[in-house]
Amino acid sequence: MMRISAFTRFTARHIMLLLGLAIVFFMSLAALCAPIFAPYPPFALHLEHILEPPSSQFWLGTDRLGRDVFSRMLYGGRVSLWVGFVAVGISVSIGTALGLISGYFRHWVDEAVMRAVDIMLCFPSFFLILAVIAFLEPDMTNIMIVIGLTSWMGVARLVRAETLSLREREFVDAARLAGVSSWRILLLHILPNALAPVLISATLGVAGAILVESSLSFLGLGVQPPTASWGNMLMEGKAVIEIAPWLSVYPGLAILITVLGYNLLGESLRDMLDPRMRQ
Amino acid sequence: MTSTASLPRRRTTGIAARTAKKTLWLLLTLLGITLISFFVIHLAPGSPTDTETTLNPLAGEAARKQLETLYGLDRPLYVQYFDWVVRLLHFDFGNSMSADARPVLTKIAERLPLTIGVNVISLLLVLLISIPLGIITACKQNSLLDRLTTILVFLGFAMPSFWLALLLMLFFGIEHQWFPVSGLTSLNFSELDFFGKCADIAAHLALPVTVYTIGGLAGMSRYMRACMLEVLRHDYILTARAKGLPEHAVILRHALRNALLPVITLLGLSVPGLIGGSVIIESIFALPGLGQLFYAAVMARDYTMIMGNLVLGAVLTLAGNLLADFCYGFADPRIHSAGGRT
Repeated sequence: MMRISAFTRFTARHIMLLLGLAIVFFMSLAALCAPIFAPYPPFALHLEHILEPPSSQFWLGTDRLGRDVFSRMLYGGRVSLWVGFVAVGISVSIGTALGLISGYFRHWVDEAVMRAVDIMLCFPSFFLILAVIAFLEPDMTNIMIVIGLTSWMGVARLVRAETLSLREREFVDAARLAGVSSWRILLLHILPNALAPVLISATLGVAGAILVESSLSFLGLGVQPPTASWGNMLMEGKAVIEIAPWLSVYPGLAILITVLGYNLLGESLRDMLDPRMRQ
Repeated sequence: MTSTASLPRRRTTGIAARTAKKTLWLLLTLLGITLISFFVIHLAPGSPTDTETTLNPLAGEAARKQLETLYGLDRPLYVQYFDWVVRLLHFDFGNSMSADARPVLTKIAERLPLTIGVNVISLLLVLLISIPLGIITACKQNSLLDRLTTILVFLGFAMPSFWLALLLMLFFGIEHQWFPVSGLTSLNFSELDFFGKCADIAAHLALPVTVYTIGGLAGMSRYMRACMLEVLRHDYILTARAKGLPEHAVILRHALRNALLPVITLLGLSVPGLIGGSVIIESIFALPGLGQLFYAAVMARDYTMIMGNLVLGAVLTLAGNLLADFCYGFADPRIHSAGGRT
């Protein structure tokens, strides 16, 4: 009896966290095991079943080449998650490195980095991303790099703020007095203590990157057909929205749920790890 | 006598110095943005001459050379940049490098009113809904309405704007045919009288404005609630309550004004997102706005046009920041005194 009530209390208090974890887990599982779960290969054409509504044979219907929408969505999930993770990996690495350096060395380094952050924040970044991707031939690698290079500013600010306060703490003084080099202090003493905000913004960053990637693909400047991504499936769906509305519905639902999952996870991590931001 | 006379003067010089410093910084930022954009765009593969030469079997290498000389693309990049900046100082953005080779500024000026208009209308709607919503959810924390709003806010954050647009088109445009789904005017627009024209444009803008508004609503109402909660925690709210003011006076007169300050800043910071979002929404609804112009320019590698749009976007963003700063200083007396001291 005791244990049940403790369990329900935990569930009630951390409903956001649990929901976020569940979504992230199932979406990752679906993407990783796409070849196992998908009833058909993503490029298999069923020319006698073009634009069929959802049925027991094709769970979410077929597109205008007769490809199974459900299978393509599973493979599209791989693309979205992969782009999200790599893009965030790039932006978090840049942001953390710059934040650590500018917070620790301060003075002109700090000034230069923070000015760069200000400039990048004033960029109409979606314009720039669009232009660069269109010029570089849209493919997954370019998209990941460009999203990563234009979204590191938030992490840099957070890590800098964290470093500024950590560098005044006793354990850092102790390390400095013991003759530890600046770089060692940064990597071994400050970085591990500044990881909480990094983790939070990385989780939220995955959600943001997935949204940018799907917007680009929707405009035809992201992942190129025939490779499936949720964005380009919606683009193809829009062309036939009047006769096959299901093509414009399900891939968007997948984006919504995935982004929701990462946002829920990120926000509840923030509530738990960062008491200053608690409301 | 002297002290009362010198106090306002010192305050004005403080503000003047701050403004000058701020302006200088803004100009430097703008220069940085143009520098990065110019080199990124010009160094990337492809050229504005592609559509007229490489993709045209009748045009040879000679025609390409000729076009490059015409556009000045045969000169070293730094010369091109310097030339471009000098002309920019005279508000000359150059001519479009596409078949429709009118001045960039003219082409932008045709498109700007629609994009700005739609964004301003949606922003006003967002404020109109999210400010009261933020106040109510902050005052009645953990109420049913608060919880419901939180759920909607999370859904709003996760909703891709283009998908929302598709769903609205599907439901209001195709299923029920209440609103037209694309373009700015109907086919019989020229035959309508003045009010008919207004109604026609309003009907065409209904769905795009809804998409923009829902997109902005989540962030703004969440932020408004957080700011309100933060303000309500302060001592002066306790004081106001302690001296027996009615609750609505405490909330509306004492708390709201302070809670609105950060919201003003957020408005200024949301400009780049709005400009970027217009590319997607205008392309879905086939609205002849700035976003569509930019998309076409990117596809044609129309360098002068892309640069013109990027500069305009940056200027609007910086203006948004400056305006936010100004309003902030205007609404918060503590900033005046801080400015006077430096």
